Amino acid sequence: MKVSYFPGCTLKNKAKDLDLYALRSAEALGVTLEEIENWQCCGGVFTTAEDEVATKLSSVRALKYASDRSQPLVTVCSACHNVIKQTNYAMQNNKAFADKVNRYMAEDGGYNGEAEVYHYLEMLRDLVGFDTLKEKVANSLKGKKIAAYYGCLLLRPGKAMGMDDPENPTIMEDFIRALGADAVIWAKRNECCGGYISVESPETAKKNSNAVIRNAKAAGAEMIITACPLCKYNLEKSGADIPVVYITEILAEALGVKEDTNA
Amino acid sequence: MQRVGVFVCWCGSNIAGTVDVHAVAEALKNEPGVVFSTDYQYMCSQAGQDMIKAAVKEHNLTGIVVCSCSPRMHEATFRKTAAAAGLNPYMVEIANIREQCSWVHKDILTGTEKAIILGKAAVAKVNLNAPLTPGESPVTKRALVIGGGIAGIQTALDIADAGFEVDIVEKKPTIGGKMAQLDKTFPTLDCAACILTPKMVDVAQNEKIRIFSYSEVTDVKGFVGNFDVTIKKNARFVKEDICTGCGACVEKCPMKKIPNEFNLGMDNRTAIYIPFAQAVPKVATIDPNACNMLKKGKCGICAKVCTAGAIDYTQKDEYIEEKYGAIVVATGFNPISMDKFDEFAYSQSKDVITSLEFERLTNAAGPSAGKLLRPSDGKHPHTIVFVQCVGSRCEACAEKGKEYCSKICCMYTAKHAMLTRDKYPDTEVYVFYIDVRTPGKNFDEFYRRAVEEYGVKYIKGMVGKVTPEGDKLKVQASDLLSNKQLHIDADLVVLAAAIEPDKSARPLATMLTASMDTNDFFTEAHPKLRPVESPTAGVFLSGACQGPKDIPETVSQAGAAASKVIGLLAKDKLTGNPCVASSNELMCNGCSSCANVCPYGAITYADKEFRMPDRTTRIRRVAEVNPAVCQGCGACTVACPSGAMDLKGFANLQIMAEVDAICK
Amino acid sequence: MHNTEYLRDEIIRISGANPAKCMRCGKCSATCPAYDEMEYHPHQFVNMVECGDIEPLLNSESLYMCLSCFACIERCPRGVEPAKFVEAVRLTAIRQQGANRLTADNVPPIVDEDTPQQLLVSAFRKYTK
Repeated sequence: MKVSYFPGCTLKNKAKDLDLYALRSAEALGVTLEEIENWQCCGGVFTTAEDEVATKLSSVRALKYASDRSQPLVTVCSACHNVIKQTNYAMQNNKAFADKVNRYMAEDGGYNGEAEVYHYLEMLRDLVGFDTLKEKVANSLKGKKIAAYYGCLLLRPGKAMGMDDPENPTIMEDFIRALGADAVIWAKRNECCGGYISVESPETAKKNSNAVIRNAKAAGAEMIITACPLCKYNLEKSGADIPVVYITEILAEALGVKEDTNA
Repeated sequence: MQRVGVFVCWCGSNIAGTVDVHAVAEALKNEPGVVFSTDYQYMCSQAGQDMIKAAVKEHNLTGIVVCSCSPRMHEATFRKTAAAAGLNPYMVEIANIREQCSWVHKDILTGTEKAIILGKAAVAKVNLNAPLTPGESPVTKRALVIGGGIAGIQTALDIADAGFEVDIVEKKPTIGGKMAQLDKTFPTLDCAACILTPKMVDVAQNEKIRIFSYSEVTDVKGFVGNFDVTIKKNARFVKEDICTGCGACVEKCPMKKIPNEFNLGMDNRTAIYIPFAQAVPKVATIDPNACNMLKKGKCGICAKVCTAGAIDYTQKDEYIEEKYGAIVVATGFNPISMDKFDEFAYSQSKDVITSLEFERLTNAAGPSAGKLLRPSDGKHPHTIVFVQCVGSRCEACAEKGKEYCSKICCMYTAKHAMLTRDKYPDTEVYVFYIDVRTPGKNFDEFYRRAVEEYGVKYIKGMVGKVTPEGDKLKVQASDLLSNKQLHIDADLVVLAAAIEPDKSARPLATMLTASMDTNDFFTEAHPKLRPVESPTAGVFLSGACQGPKDIPETVSQAGAAASKVIGLLAKDKLTGNPCVASSNELMCNGCSSCANVCPYGAITYADKEFRMPDRTTRIRRVAEVNPAVCQGCGACTVACPSGAMDLKGFANLQIMAEVDAICK
Repeated sequence: MHNTEYLRDEIIRISGANPAKCMRCGKCSATCPAYDEMEYHPHQFVNMVECGDIEPLLNSESLYMCLSCFACIERCPRGVEPAKFVEAVRLTAIRQQGANRLTADNVPPIVDEDTPQQLLVSAFRKYTK
């Protein structure tokens, strides 16, 4: 299976692991991630303002690219996923906004929300299947207690993300279980790490991140997994005394493709 | 051509203030068929009615047009007047020149012009009126009450008290409903069981009342006075008439880990069980999904210990057909599921509970024998947070929650908070509220007592997140009046979950052709003036199936529904409404369009023999209307593509004549 | 049109949200992870926008404390979407000439070797026009 892949700026720089393991794991599962040509940065955070059009065009172009190829659009980074999905939702449900966008898109043939956007986890759940994933696991993570950290960007706003129940999600826990590990259930898994506030007020980010880590550890977690480079950064900067690992890294480990065999 | 008399009413100044009534009477004199036209101050008064009667005699009138208030108000009055004067009562037409004219116009010229047009339309219609005679049907003098909670119990007792037979169908093994699960009742704090169980016993002992427990209604046919109902008695694998309710089987049953519904899963019951000590009927029931004998053919202990020989593993579901004159719906409510509200961590912590679970926790017959203990560790909670409006008052298009106010939560939360502070003064009690709504006799006083005398901390604001951590529930909430975000380490969080109609209500409404609103509450015939009748004749509403209600309101409505049923059953014959649909068999092509739109199931099809022009005969499928079931809504006449279906008293020709008169 | 009224209508137009839907339950402020950092809290944003009391909001540090975590949007029982008002007021503030909150000159001191691009990109999107 081939899908259009939007890696995003961080995955090409500071979060190379997230990208690398995503590609290798997908390949092992029979999915080829075809990187979108000339993709542009999503902007990192979705602007809810009705009159913000230009800031959303890079997402629309990526969506258009996938829809032209009749491929699902897959993202790994939580932020890219959030921005692109919210943009697609607006293109489908906000006609005035879609009209404005399409004034910029005329040369490309216009776009009206046809693309289907999948987060990497959704790809595993809906396109690959967690049962298939389970069968392909070579190194089971049995006995490992893992806390799934959704943060805000994967789930909210629930209507636009449509990924899972925004208050009681199961997708990441099912993913953890498919890899043979135990999923820890904890309340702060969908609370904010502080996000970009670490620019304005590192203390606020630290306060939020500390509360997240404390709750995960109280629930018995030995590891926190995330799909978001900024969550990882904030949790680690706040002095996390628990490993914070990308979802694709434990996936690659479980599938036995973490080390590059071609190297 | 009819000989029509026109009578224009002033209604004091109500009509005459903005309509020139003399001009209306004068103008209508020239309409086809009109032989007499006059106006009078109060046409509905005795003098006005006498004037009509005299005019009928003097001018040999065959049709009457009264230009007055809405027909809802006085159509029946003027029909009686016509009948007294020797006319068929259906030869009267009302032109509504008050609600639809004088009350909405300010200018006398436009008001008068419109009144004249409305009068012309009524004259055009009455010219095409034909005398109608209502039919009669007999009444089966027995009522069916669906649902055996406090609503159904009260309705059944009141009907039986008047001397009529009543059957209660209850899907659970016992009657009693939600009230049986409650601890105390607001605002008087009497014990729910103490006031409910005597009524349950009354029901059991009343010769006029039969209880079909563990049963459900599966089919309803017929119409007001003559319903044919199929009741499915689910196999309980215990002979009801032999079981003495001694409980020996329950004691010996080896399957002891089945979640106990009566205690909302907070403790366990056995596979053979009696829901609670005061159950009516007090007989055991075997849960077929839990019983080893029924599942695997191994065990049989209950049969061995039953000295009465009541156990019957071969019992089958039984279908009973019964006739009823009236049906009362009393299917009640349930708290909504908290699955979609996990910001309050209901699925994550045993110590986040609903208010109904709290009732069981404080009930002497509950899982903790009435001691308020945390479900997780059995410890006494020292800080309790109550959250109001969980799932109530949500946006209409919200994917979770209900748009309406659930009405009972403010009061039961005040009760829970007050009783907790009374029994455990060392416990801090917080109530987060959006608004405190306590309209009801002694209700606000009760809530104020909770605050002023018992020291319950009421905080205007909402809880945003509950985080279980260690043995605490970290509650993050807003205090809008002091403009603060609060962080409370609680031991127990109680959610006032919105209530919704029981899930059985929707399929039942379909069977009864009774209408529901978008929330699946049954719709009443008139929200103010006919609150306990459904729009479907012979179907009545009792309790929370019609809307959120507390116990006093439910009991009042239950009595009101009973009195309506008694009024119906007291009659030997029912006079129908003659303005019903009828099908012209020669034009009907049997397409079923009418039957598909009929909300009352009044239309059936029959194969009939017709003589063709060439003297051959042919069998054709044609529509037939049951006039006793038809409510005269007219949906079928609009749906009929061949124009075969028509409504007596509102024939297509009459409607067109009215439109023509208006457009002329 | 009077200036405050114009501002109010402008904010509502940009936000695409409707403050009249608010029933004053305060769940937005109950769920806000940046509450303690804010002078004006999410429920106040809704109320002040509705009342046309925009000036204090425009000049408040609270604008830059919203994390765009969408918790208030998700959990509001009435679908008011308070964060959209914060966003609309912030944009109105930083769209003015020279009002950018964050400039390239601010970057070096806040960057370390682990800083993900996502952090800077997001911060610029939120704080700069």
